[in-house]
Amino acid sequence: MSSNLTGEPTDGTPVDGRSSTHYVAPLDETPLVGVDAVKVAEKRSNLWIDAWRDVRRRPMFWISAALILLVALVALFPGLFTQTPPNNNCILGNSNGGPTDGHPLGFTKQGCDIYARIIHGTSTSLSVGFIVIVLTTTLGILFGAFSGFYGGWIDAVLSRLGDIFFSIPYILAAVVIMSVLSQYRSVWSISLAIGIFAWPSTARVLRSEILRVKNADFVMASTALGLSRFKILLKHVLPNSIAPVIVITTISLAGAIVAEASLSFLGVGLGSDIMSWGNDINQAQNDLRVAPQTLILPSIALSVTVFAFISLGEVVRDALDPKARALR
Amino acid sequence: MTGYIFRRILQAIPVFLGTTFLIYFMVFAMPGDPIVALFGDKTPNPAVVAQLRAQYHLDQPFFVQYLIYLGGIFRGDFGLSFSGEPVTSILARTFPVTARLAILALLFETFFGILVGLISGLRKGKLFDASSLAVSLILISLPIFVIAFVGQYVFGVWLGWARTTVGSGAPLQDLVLPALVLASVSFAQIVRLTRASVIETSGLDFVRTAYSKGLSSRRVIPVHILRNSLIPVVTYLATDFGVLLVGATITEGIFNVPGVGNTLYQAIIRGEGPTVVSFVTVMVLIYLVVNILVDLFYGLLDPRIRYVK
Repeated sequence: MSSNLTGEPTDGTPVDGRSSTHYVAPLDETPLVGVDAVKVAEKRSNLWIDAWRDVRRRPMFWISAALILLVALVALFPGLFTQTPPNNNCILGNSNGGPTDGHPLGFTKQGCDIYARIIHGTSTSLSVGFIVIVLTTTLGILFGAFSGFYGGWIDAVLSRLGDIFFSIPYILAAVVIMSVLSQYRSVWSISLAIGIFAWPSTARVLRSEILRVKNADFVMASTALGLSRFKILLKHVLPNSIAPVIVITTISLAGAIVAEASLSFLGVGLGSDIMSWGNDINQAQNDLRVAPQTLILPSIALSVTVFAFISLGEVVRDALDPKARALR
Repeated sequence: MTGYIFRRILQAIPVFLGTTFLIYFMVFAMPGDPIVALFGDKTPNPAVVAQLRAQYHLDQPFFVQYLIYLGGIFRGDFGLSFSGEPVTSILARTFPVTARLAILALLFETFFGILVGLISGLRKGKLFDASSLAVSLILISLPIFVIAFVGQYVFGVWLGWARTTVGSGAPLQDLVLPALVLASVSFAQIVRLTRASVIETSGLDFVRTAYSKGLSSRRVIPVHILRNSLIPVVTYLATDFGVLLVGATITEGIFNVPGVGNTLYQAIIRGEGPTVVSFVTVMVLIYLVVNILVDLFYGLLDPRIRYVK
């Protein structure tokens, strides 16, 4: 134990705090060594670069990314995957029929091509998902950022308002809205009905993250440099607290797709003129005993899409949150 | 504790007023005639319209309507259903069934969820852990009506182990399959929460102390690790109650369980707007009350919570 870390003399004479005035460290300090040098050449690192390095090593990321890419491609260019129109080519003679040439998945009760209907339903699900997350993220960031950053009465008012919207399960709220808007059933109205009650969770996540970030040194530095409060929020606090919002946005996209399918399944979602997996599942439920494939196939399409977004969200959460990374 | 109860109930008042107002606003402040809108594509019977107009006081200004409606709620008057039966008497008939289903589902999801989560957490990275994580991810991705139909088809039609629909009176053995379906989504979440919490707790100092003073893992795991890992699970069960209500609506509808959720489900698919509104209000109120109760219970468990000013 001869190390000189504490600066105690090693010759055995004890340092008496009371007799000497106070202790002064010896002048011979440890010289700078290689370890202390700043490695300029080392790769840059920040939260996002680290997350990317982590994420690209995980097979789950590539699986979910490939699935999302496929689903997006189907939604944008359904013509690439099928030439059969979803509604016109229905021949009742094919009712609940098995696969035939050119119709790989068989037919629905109305004799429509199941494969074509699944392909054409993709864009509906994704559109609702994306419109909903635009809504929830906008509202969530507005409410969460202002209440977290400004605090005080702004926080009290905005948080209570969020509590009220949070206290109505959003699918139930959407059922009420869609019952009232029964004459206006479209992708837009259903997205509005879901999004208007789904934002408080985004707001809550962002608020708690901002509460954590706003006491950081760089915020104080910006204040000292004379930046206005609003600019600090916009330029420094928000970019540093957006990571959990990205995670919850991916997961709520999946939630929105489920919500649309559930509402359409209940018959208060999209009109029967719009292709939707939920509508098809609803149509097929009475024939579960005789033709389970008419129900199972659109359900698989729906579940795989939801699975892709949820697992992407989880991989991204693991990458952005070191605490979650430790659980793996 | 009394002060805490008082504070918690006081906090619930604005939320109660806000939610009822919001539901009322969504229905009756929309442009156009709300009564006609609630009927959707159907042409309502003029006598029914006149009756509903009188029931909702539509000749009064909006705020007066809302206050009358609120007064009704306080007197336990949620209006009439389409068949003319008071909503409260329907509730009296259907609520016990839903309560039975929900309690069964809660038992399933907490028991199996905590069990699987605990084993997973203790064997982090092993085969059991990896497979339980994969299964829970798949369960989370499946919408509840898909799980319900698959369950109905596999266990009801294929294997014939359970009845596909629940008989009148809802005997307990008929409720097992719907309860398992209802429990499945939250089961997956509880597995993940318990696992994460067990892993975190296992690394803490008091667990090392317990082991080093010679306790066996048969005592450390249940008493030191598990008990301290359960707090996030309790919190989750409260926030999850909304999911349970929506899930109960769909599950009861598919399995034809004669409960509150099924009444709402039938009203939704028949397009009976006013009944939908009454039952959604009831469900939101149940949700609020359960959240208050869980918060009070939570305050009882963890003294730190009740002393926060």
